Amino acid sequence: MEVKDIKIKSMKTEDFRDNESLQKYIDELEKGGVGIKVAPLDKVINWGRSYSVWPLTFATSCCGIEFMCVAAARHDFARFGFEVTRNSPRQADVIFVSGTITKKMAPVLRRLYDEMSEPKYVIAVGGCTVSGGPFKSSYHVVDGVDKIIPVDVYVPGCPPRPEAMLYAMMQLQRKIRVESIFKMPKNPENGSVILSKYNSDGTLVTPASETKQIEEGGAE
Amino acid sequence: MEKTLKMIQSVSSSCTKIDAADVMVSVDKKDLHKVCEALYKDGWDYLINLTAVDNVENIEIVYHISKSADMEKFMVLKTNTTDVENPIIETVSDIWKSANLYEREAYDFFGVRFLNHPDMRRLFLRPDWVGYPLRKNYDNTPNEGIPSKVHDMDACEDVPSITLDRHGEIVENHTKLFGKNEYVVNFGPQHPSTHGVLHLRVSLEGETIKKIDPNFGYIHRGIEKMMESMTYPQMLFLTERLDYLCGSMNRHALCMCVEKAMGLEIPKRAEYIRTIFDELNRIASHLLGWACMCNDMGSITAFIYGMRDREKIMDIFQETAGGRLMVNYYVIGGVAQDIHPNFVNRVKEFIPYLRKMIKEYHTLFTGNPIARGRMINCGLLKKEDAIALGMSGPNGRASGWHCDVRKIAPYAAYSEVDFKEILHDGGDTIDRYMIRLEEIEESLKIIEQLIDKIPEGDFRAKVPAIVKVPAGEYYQRVENARGDFGVYLKSTGDKSPYRIKFRSPSMVAVSGLDPICRDTKIADLIMIGGSLDYVIPCIDR
Ligand code: SF4
Repeated sequence: MEVKDIKIKSMKTEDFRDNESLQKYIDELEKGGVGIKVAPLDKVINWGRSYSVWPLTFATSCCGIEFMCVAAARHDFARFGFEVTRNSPRQADVIFVSGTITKKMAPVLRRLYDEMSEPKYVIAVGGCTVSGGPFKSSYHVVDGVDKIIPVDVYVPGCPPRPEAMLYAMMQLQRKIRVESIFKMPKNPENGSVILSKYNSDGTLVTPASETKQIEEGGAE
Repeated sequence: MEKTLKMIQSVSSSCTKIDAADVMVSVDKKDLHKVCEALYKDGWDYLINLTAVDNVENIEIVYHISKSADMEKFMVLKTNTTDVENPIIETVSDIWKSANLYEREAYDFFGVRFLNHPDMRRLFLRPDWVGYPLRKNYDNTPNEGIPSKVHDMDACEDVPSITLDRHGEIVENHTKLFGKNEYVVNFGPQHPSTHGVLHLRVSLEGETIKKIDPNFGYIHRGIEKMMESMTYPQMLFLTERLDYLCGSMNRHALCMCVEKAMGLEIPKRAEYIRTIFDELNRIASHLLGWACMCNDMGSITAFIYGMRDREKIMDIFQETAGGRLMVNYYVIGGVAQDIHPNFVNRVKEFIPYLRKMIKEYHTLFTGNPIARGRMINCGLLKKEDAIALGMSGPNGRASGWHCDVRKIAPYAAYSEVDFKEILHDGGDTIDRYMIRLEEIEESLKIIEQLIDKIPEGDFRAKVPAIVKVPAGEYYQRVENARGDFGVYLKSTGDKSPYRIKFRSPSMVAVSGLDPICRDTKIADLIMIGGSLDYVIPCIDR
């Protein structure tokens, strides 16, 4: 289906038609040999990795049903190498955060994420996880899971169609193919992999408290 | 009804009748327990709903009560306390078991403490949450601080309660939920077969379940509070997201509630379309419920089959309404747009197809000796217990309770169709399993009767641009795929409601887990949970 004129100020219609920019980006980078030089071994490993990304069985609400549809017969994400869902975070590679995340659930989600082994990825499915969605003005809803865990791909929609989720999966695969398995990025700014840091009292370091620490350090 | 009123007045002199049209009675809070006891003895044994309302100058508790033997009877009982700082009202949880969770909810949202209630913990919010969100003076600023630590489980086990001592003074007691030597297993919130984010604390002796303590609130989205500042058409969208598997039916309830309050006449065409959509939605929900239950018991094939056939309904929805899971089709006054020209044919093709498939389901799974061996005589729920817990819907009907709202108080086009209310009397898991598949067949029958008779005409009534509901209180029930779904609406004549509350049939289903599962094996808990078919976001709202 051709995308007609789209009336969003910040986004051009061409951007909606653009599916391959990540791939182009990789090709260009590879040609120039800068930044993420993908060694042949990386290429092979990443090719394998990108076709065996196993998601965690995780769903909190409505979007979870569409996630089940993607797993079931018609849409069947096994075609793309997403194969089976894992019930334990320790065996999963990607977490589809499908459904609203509330304040009571947020630390649980964070814990699940921490329990996953590296390299791990996050796809935010649905308006709720992208920005709070229809519940943005609620007192008990986290407005965007990126406040808790780093997100690799955002899928807007309420709920997104299964096709949109498949597209998100393909984008994630492209993203995986850019990585270098030997040099996992350590800085949250550059990529998806960060290790959680803990304060001395056992609480998680949130971005806000981190800046504070830096500021305090500067004062010394 | 006159008799009931006289009976109440003979028990309590403080009782006044409020409204002539509805049966609405107000009683003084000190007579509440006496009146409720008398009502219970008179056969009013089904507490449908309990709602707290913050009227600023007082806090009101509204009870919706019915008779299990004669569900057409319906009355509203009210009481209030003017002590808004420290509201205390006597519990009725010793009379109606279902009041247990409702009263905990009222405590959580309004800070109303119930005297003699055995368990006054918060139900949804974290134990360290400050304030009562549904109070009118609560500061509803979103996104203040995301907690970084999972809440303290020990705090969840400390059970406060309040009682009167010999001198009539209020004393606060604390007990522990579990004994020191009890072996407690956390089940959820992240577990593939809790059907959402339900957290159960299960006390075990070997493999045998001794006690289950459900913890809610992991998906509490504050819908009721948000709706208090929304217009009625906006609210419809959130209603659909409560229990997304029966989205259309929930929306139907709110639409009808508003329409009745405004005195709107709905075109016949819209009523027929709505009934057909409701039934398609019910089939989709039951299919998913069946698929997930089988999946919980280890049959992934059944899951794939159920989801495959559900997609056919999604296609039908999509063609007419544009949405798959969230159909967003009903609006106040009718439906959003007319049906697609293909709609009738598609539905007609679907009916024989699904009939064939249901036969296949039975050969595939129902007849399976292992599955039968597990399901028969497991997870028994007696009829009395179902009524006491208020567990209506397919779960109640599996225990032999005649409780189908479509039969009792027909709405939309249900009075014009001929269908059977499926009743079983075993009350075990296989009954609950079978009832869903049989109800699908009844739904097909309903659709078959209506599909050729959709009348010509408008699909939507003329509705004023700004929907305002006249001041008053309204209650509307519908039968959704999980049972008796209700909307309580209090309006002050404004364009948004003063208080809205949804009666969640899933909540009563989960409250039944503890009595049903006692002395069964932990492996069966998952299967029984699957057979109760609850949806967690509907509980948490
Ligand atoms: S984005 Fe929409 S469909 Fe998805 S969880 Fe949120 S409310 Fe539900």
